[in-house]
Amino acid sequence: MDTFAYVRAGSLAEAAEAFAAHPGARYLGGGTNLVDLMKLGVERPTALVDVTRLPLAEVTELPDGSLRIGALVRNSDLAAHPLVRDRYPALSQAVLAGASGQLRNAATTGGNLLQRTRCPYFQDVSKPCNKREPGNGCAAREGVHRDHAVLGHSEHCIATHPSDLAVALAALDAEVELYGTAGVRRVAAAGFHRLPGEEPERDTVIEPGEIVTAVVLPAATAGLPSAYRKARDRASYAFALASVAVVLEVADGVVARVGIAFGALAHRPWRARRAEEALLGAAPTPAAFERAADLELSEARPLRDNAYKVPLARNLAVDVLTRLVPDGPVPHEEDS
Amino acid sequence: MTAVGAPAERREGREKVTGTARYAAEQPLPGRLFARPVPAAIVRGRVTDVDDTAALALPGVVTVLTYRNAPRLAPADDATLSVLQDPEVPNRGWFVALVVADSPEAARAGAAAVRVTCAEEAHDVTLTAAHPRAYVPEKVSGTFPGLRELGDPDGAFADAAVRIDAGYRVPPLHNHPMEPHASTAHWDGERLTVHASSQGTTAVRAALSTMFGLSNERITVVAEHVGGGFGSKGTPRPDVVLAAMATWHTGRPVTVVFPRRMLPTSVGHRATTLHRLRLGADSDGRLTSLVHEVTTYSSRIKEFVEYAAIPSRIMYAAPNLRSLHRVVRLDVPTPSWMRAPGEAPGMYALESAMDELAGALGIDPVELRIRNEPDTEPDSGKPFSSRHLVECLREGARRFGWSARDPRPRTHPAGPLLFGTGVAAATYPVQARPSRAAARALPDGSFLVEVNAADIGTGARTVLAQIAADALEVPLERVGIRVGNSDLPPAPLAGDSAGTASWGWAVHEACTALAARLAERQGRLPEEGLEARADTKGTADAESPFARHAFGAHFAEVSVDTVTGEVRVRRLLGVYAAGRILNPRTARSQFVGGMTMGLGMALTEGSTLDTASGDFTESDLAAYHVPAHADVPDIEAHWIDEHDPHLNPVGGKGIGEIGIVGTPAAIGNAVHHATGVRFRELPLTPDRVLTGLLEAPQHPARADRPTG
Amino acid sequence: MGSEHGPRSAPHRSETTLRVNGKPHTLTVDHRRVLLDVLREDLDLTGAKKGCDHGQCGACTVLVDGRRVNSCLLLAVALDGSDVTTVEGLSGDGEDPHPLQRAFLDRDAFQCGYCTPGQICSALGALAEAESGHPSHVTDPGAPSGRPVALDRDEIRERLSGNLCRCGAYPRIVDAVQDVTGTGST
Repeated sequence: MDTFAYVRAGSLAEAAEAFAAHPGARYLGGGTNLVDLMKLGVERPTALVDVTRLPLAEVTELPDGSLRIGALVRNSDLAAHPLVRDRYPALSQAVLAGASGQLRNAATTGGNLLQRTRCPYFQDVSKPCNKREPGNGCAAREGVHRDHAVLGHSEHCIATHPSDLAVALAALDAEVELYGTAGVRRVAAAGFHRLPGEEPERDTVIEPGEIVTAVVLPAATAGLPSAYRKARDRASYAFALASVAVVLEVADGVVARVGIAFGALAHRPWRARRAEEALLGAAPTPAAFERAADLELSEARPLRDNAYKVPLARNLAVDVLTRLVPDGPVPHEEDS
Repeated sequence: MTAVGAPAERREGREKVTGTARYAAEQPLPGRLFARPVPAAIVRGRVTDVDDTAALALPGVVTVLTYRNAPRLAPADDATLSVLQDPEVPNRGWFVALVVADSPEAARAGAAAVRVTCAEEAHDVTLTAAHPRAYVPEKVSGTFPGLRELGDPDGAFADAAVRIDAGYRVPPLHNHPMEPHASTAHWDGERLTVHASSQGTTAVRAALSTMFGLSNERITVVAEHVGGGFGSKGTPRPDVVLAAMATWHTGRPVTVVFPRRMLPTSVGHRATTLHRLRLGADSDGRLTSLVHEVTTYSSRIKEFVEYAAIPSRIMYAAPNLRSLHRVVRLDVPTPSWMRAPGEAPGMYALESAMDELAGALGIDPVELRIRNEPDTEPDSGKPFSSRHLVECLREGARRFGWSARDPRPRTHPAGPLLFGTGVAAATYPVQARPSRAAARALPDGSFLVEVNAADIGTGARTVLAQIAADALEVPLERVGIRVGNSDLPPAPLAGDSAGTASWGWAVHEACTALAARLAERQGRLPEEGLEARADTKGTADAESPFARHAFGAHFAEVSVDTVTGEVRVRRLLGVYAAGRILNPRTARSQFVGGMTMGLGMALTEGSTLDTASGDFTESDLAAYHVPAHADVPDIEAHWIDEHDPHLNPVGGKGIGEIGIVGTPAAIGNAVHHATGVRFRELPLTPDRVLTGLLEAPQHPARADRPTG
Repeated sequence: MGSEHGPRSAPHRSETTLRVNGKPHTLTVDHRRVLLDVLREDLDLTGAKKGCDHGQCGACTVLVDGRRVNSCLLLAVALDGSDVTTVEGLSGDGEDPHPLQRAFLDRDAFQCGYCTPGQICSALGALAEAESGHPSHVTDPGAPSGRPVALDRDEIRERLSGNLCRCGAYPRIVDAVQDVTGTGST
């Protein structure tokens, strides 16, 4: 890790100014991934602009019924917040399914969205990786890629995004609020992360210098049945092999609203629009859920060693959808 | 009143729970430097240039050692210790430089700034059972023949009424003790002192003596507290050599801590084992043929064979028996000991095959094992000093509620979950090595026992004091004990589950001798006290007419989630026949600890050698999944009273490793019982299990399932 | 600051004040220095352990402003003004160990001891979290928000899963934590 300058920002404007003044700067939030990557030599900032003292740690109800989560709200506080738990259970569950108690106490909402892939080749500067060094190749494609993408990957990159939280946000139609020199803008959470395409080095649509200030959970999905489920190699403290977040509203015996997002299948949380379209207006039966999941996953292009992700994701989606049907099948006992 | 057998509290416990116990890197010496190794980024070849200009320009970097300027050392017995001596790179991760700096941060930055240029050669890191360079080693583990054959195993197999022919695979596994390998070296006048994280500092001192040309008298190696080892600290490791070189070169104290990500390639690992098991039996389930063939790898610079066919020479009464090892020397990091080397993967394969045989015969798997109980050790023909496997199986079955089990697979669904139970036997050899010890009676009525044992978490201090107290016939509180320092009477390592037997033997002899001298004399002791010493050379290592092994039985209950393929262990129970249990409190912790590592081997732990980079992909603790709290249910460990007069004066068989041995097969067999699908490759992660569930017929046939 | 200074010429050390186990320490730290290294190298408080240095093992767990965190991932310069409690500070000035430390001894809830300080600090943090109503992955999603969560064995296991133990002391650690919460049996 090279030495770097440290600037503690007292305001957003100060933060943006300090960032602009230091080419190669990074914003420091909880640091749980950034410091990790700095130690690995993957991130080599010239300066850290510490934004942790900015007044962005509040959860606020907005007049339109939406819920604004400050970017500095720690993961553990987000998951424990009564309004989050009561209105957006999938979000609370997603956060609690990730990392550890210690990491959730440090990691921030904004930082969680900006964490980098855990692809082992990305994390090792001695190995080729187009995301880390555009143009030097992808070692994962022919290498060890059991954990990698089955959807939306490109010849340049097959990494997945590791966040659980972001998957729930995508399903819940949340928005990400960004502050930059051009002012404040909001982007849909489902569109915040990118597919790798020709530019695998870009994880998100964020512009240089922009800072995540909040995520906003819409009134439209507040209070709807929602849930998150994740499959992993050990019972806790492991990244997802696949996961799914679902919000489901059934009215008059048909699906009135549905949001489905998969985690660990792609370079971004994978919003299952085709499955959702197939389900809207349909009766919420297991068969319909299976057909919808299959439709979505028919796009999958598994690699040599990760074809299991397709049935895994399908099973997860069908399981969670089925459980969310009001008066549906009695939820089975949790296995953990 | 005896101290042995009492649940005495760990002597160093208070230091450990209050954070005052100091480990190898925690030595605040004035002027101390911090060193970080630079690993090779090629698989095979040689270093052609090291440019340290940028590293040396960084603030805080003191020096960069490479093969060009590092102290020239005499060759080590273990080639993995000869670091920075020549430009050859035998494997990915081989250390090619050491950056010494005044802070850990500067050392890290310096290591990142060193530019190493290499000439790379073609490499091969891929093990296959049919590898053209596979050979049968003459010896494995130093003493055992690589191949043993009794009778006509192929003919008997061909003629058998029931046959199992199955292949199993255990992937590379990493020891990953919680304390990474670390050493702090410094000069104390003419004396080199090294605080090392080691399972045995007598051997570390010997290696340093050889390599640095210093007499033993000028070297002290201390390992007061050791944060686990599980075999990876059983031999001296390069951290010790690098720290000593750096202090030699700079004249200042130097600490070397291996970053976690470097451990897989630098401190040994359990090599992949490919097993082919052929079991032939008559229709009553009596084995007529047992063939266990293992293919594994070692590195180019050292032959280490994971001796996984050895347990098949011990377990069952098969008149026709072949146990065979094949090794391929690949361009891989050198494998080494990991908890129950040989037995853990070998018994996974053998005990899985026995379960398959039980299914094919329609015989209860506990009963099948009992039917094949041998009268003498099958391979050697020696009588067992004691063998209570049958008692372990029966006691375990009783405690586990085995008799209520419906043997049919996949008959216990609950919603999306499938439940199953499984059993496997375990064995581990009883060993002892020569050791010395000293015991001193002091005028104040206390005693001090000294032996260079290592307490790597086993509770060695505690149990050795118990042994001493009984030999001296005094209360435990009056016995002080010193271990973990090479200035103490030399002793073998904490390994092979033989530490307590080896050290305890010498402690027992020294204390018995001291007690006899005390009984003879009158009056007050001199100020320096009265001392007796013992050396068990020639006795502890004497050839025994008996086959000496510990045995055990493992029972597991699992759930398998058909949605995700996730397997969870719900119950795990072990019953052991391991001779006398010297301290039930610490013994239970070791049994449970072994079973926990076995659970990891079954379900979560696995590493992958990346073909292109020759590196392990699961190089850190986020990717290499040792079990977490949530994976581990309440685990029961029990033992039966076993009195074996043919072992050693304290009567224990060693308990550090047997817990891991049968656990993976017990869990794997339970997964088969739950799902009806036989998985033959570890670990049983969701990708494998879900795929297996989807490929399996919905209603698997009861008998004659293919086993290839 | 103007670009003519160049970021690499900016100062790379700063003063930071931490209150550690009740005692204030003002240090000039290298910006790269994490809390774990401040504790171990600057303050000679080596109870917090370096197991992985990347937030993957939990051996470095301490409490910062009452919350358990991985001290290996926290830059000390960013913690200016924080209150830090390490395993060395748990028993206060008294001779008697903290009840959790006593329970670990009573239950033989460790072997090599390297993960132990982290387990203990993590358990303390987890107890406070449960008391303040923080749910976990295994908490019934229908449980009322904001109320203390009772710590059964599954809850303890899940909440302590960020602390790896290679010796396999997990069941004993759960016993020890239950001794302190009073939710266990003997």
